Amino acid sequence: MTFWQVIQQSWSPMLDGLQVTMQLTLLSIVFGLALGLFLALGKVYGWKPLRWFCTAFIEIIRGTPLLVQIFIIYFGLPPYGIRLSPLEAAVIAFSINSGAYQAEYLRGAIQSIPSGQMQAALSMGMTPWQGVISIIMPQALRRVIPPWTNEFIYLLKYTSLAYIIGTPELMAQARFVASRNYEYFQTYLFAALIYLSIVLVFSEFFGWVERKFRIPGFEFHK
Amino acid sequence: MLGLGLGLAVAIPISFLQIFAPQPFRFLASAYERVLRSIPLLVTLFLLFYGLPTFGIRLPPFTAAVIGVGLRSSAYQSQIFRGAILSISENQFRAALSIGMNRIRAFRHIVMPQALRLAIPPWTNELTIVLKDTSMAFALGVVELVRQGRYIIVATREPLVIYLTIAAIYLILTLLSNNTLGRLEKRLRIPGIGVEERVR
Amino acid sequence: MNKEKEIVLRIEDVHKSFGENHVLRGVSMGIRRGETKILIGPSGTGKSTLLTCINMLTPPDAGKIWLLEDEITGSKRVNLLRQKIGFVFQDFSLFNHLTALGNVSIGLTKVKGMDRKKARKKALEELKQVGLEEKASSYPAQLSGGQKQRVAIARALAMDPQLILFDEPTSALDPELIGEVLGVMKKLANQGMTMLVVSHEMGFARSVADEVIFMEGGVIVEQGPPAQLFSSPKVERTGQFLSRLSGLFGEEGEK
Ligand SMILES: Nc1ncnc2c1ncn2[C@@H]1O[C@H](COP(=O)(O)OP(=O)(O)O)[C@@H](O)[C@H]1O
Ligand SMILES: [Mg+2]
Repeated sequence: MTFWQVIQQSWSPMLDGLQVTMQLTLLSIVFGLALGLFLALGKVYGWKPLRWFCTAFIEIIRGTPLLVQIFIIYFGLPPYGIRLSPLEAAVIAFSINSGAYQAEYLRGAIQSIPSGQMQAALSMGMTPWQGVISIIMPQALRRVIPPWTNEFIYLLKYTSLAYIIGTPELMAQARFVASRNYEYFQTYLFAALIYLSIVLVFSEFFGWVERKFRIPGFEFHK
Repeated sequence: MLGLGLGLAVAIPISFLQIFAPQPFRFLASAYERVLRSIPLLVTLFLLFYGLPTFGIRLPPFTAAVIGVGLRSSAYQSQIFRGAILSISENQFRAALSIGMNRIRAFRHIVMPQALRLAIPPWTNELTIVLKDTSMAFALGVVELVRQGRYIIVATREPLVIYLTIAAIYLILTLLSNNTLGRLEKRLRIPGIGVEERVR
Repeated sequence: MNKEKEIVLRIEDVHKSFGENHVLRGVSMGIRRGETKILIGPSGTGKSTLLTCINMLTPPDAGKIWLLEDEITGSKRVNLLRQKIGFVFQDFSLFNHLTALGNVSIGLTKVKGMDRKKARKKALEELKQVGLEEKASSYPAQLSGGQKQRVAIARALAMDPQLILFDEPTSALDPELIGEVLGVMKKLANQGMTMLVVSHEMGFARSVADEVIFMEGGVIVEQGPPAQLFSSPKVERTGQFLSRLSGLFGEEGEK
């Protein structure tokens, strides 16, 4: 089979897979953001036990492979009566994982805001909470955009792991197609090209957004 | 470990190509980096393990895993080194020339020592990632941690305990390596050099 | 003895363009052993470019430059000649990963091939010369701007240069730190060091310079002893520039 024939024959299941991949990515990044916000605020501003909990949570998740986390949720929980569909298990695992990473980016951004900002807020009569919400976070969120977009791309690539528990995303579809046409190299190459183009499209798009909404002084210095 | 070593071996020439080489090489090196960074590791592994036999190249799973992890890592590591070298300001180089150093000495004695220190934290990070990525070799049937776990599960029917144990082993490994390199970084620390940076 | 001392640096009709921008349009000058010349002129005139042409960090497009008998331009031994020309940068450019002592001694060990012990001893002497021997083990990030610049001067001195070029050595410093750097430079001048200094510190120029050179638009407009140039410039532009300078910085008294 030529590469062209492989593409013609397999684009439909592959596109279905891509759709699931995007679904996985988007859901997980959004849930992950919510979790990340909670963890970051807890770690920076929480009272002792909460701070300790958030730190431990982040370190444990970041210190273990995503694949193992997926297994724990999909294979490890059923004996305790928690049965999840592959898609649900994948979304939960990715959200938790991404949440821990996003929390670290947020924490970095929050702590990069000079302490004078908070002092200025307090001196205007704001409560610490008001200071965080209306002075610190708006600045921190702008700073977190570049690492956050990176995280999006990472997550997009890592969703390929979901095939292992049978989520019908792009990777799983590629495997399925390849097991029928026996054109392993060309099929996986096709999958690689799809990932490559989608990642390039997103990173170019994020780069464009960043340039467009740049505020002087809010460049993220790597 | 092998993967990281291979990555390092490939990364250094790639980063040098990107900084110092004339145009066509520079472009090729960037393209190499960009493509490998854009494709999921799993896809790279599948291409190597299931794809290459099409051309009569049959790699054992372990070799394929090392090459895949190594190639992916080389792309990230070359970015680390390139960033570190470029972040050492041009003025340091000029100052070195002004006391009569030639370019090679200036690079070796002035730029490199600073760049290497800057590269330690992101490099540590990369080490942890490679460590965790080894779990993906599972997909190729490499007998390593996760797989070992699966064999035991079949026998014991205690999946959660097993997976938690595996997670704990990885956690200890990553904490250990971060800790060691963190201490190395502190030992080599020089006031005014080094930025905190944690990227996935 | 010769009344006229030997010429250390000779520049002949140097031109330099960056793309369309013709920055140096034929500059010629010379400095004799032990002289201090001060280069002044509006920003963007090419003063820094001229200095970096002299040590070939920026190779000139045309013209010739000699250090004593050696022609620098077109020399294949630029590194050797650079050792004989000290350069002090506006932004200090200390090597950030080395202590003050390391900054001063690295040229001795790595370029001149001196053994470590001797290099260390010489570096300490140079640090003493700029009043910083007790800061020998501090890193650049632990030094004030004035201290950094003095280390940079010691680094240049350590190579036993025939000539030191200073590019606005005090313009990145807080006002209260300028004095300590100028003090060191004045001491060097009195000890007979040959120096070419870009600086707009008028008090310093008046008390130290043998000659002040006013540059504008890529050419030397006027040069002469400070007393003459400051009180009765021959060219109108020089006067305008000087009065604007004193307006900006205030006329300092003799130091
Ligand atoms: N490396 C360079 N590339 C391009 N243009 C330069 C470079 N260095 C200096 N210039 C230009 O040359 C002119 C003179 O600069 P400079 O010598 O720094 O002036 P000065 O030191 O008198 O303020 C300026 O217009 C500057 O933009
Ligand atoms: Mg200048």
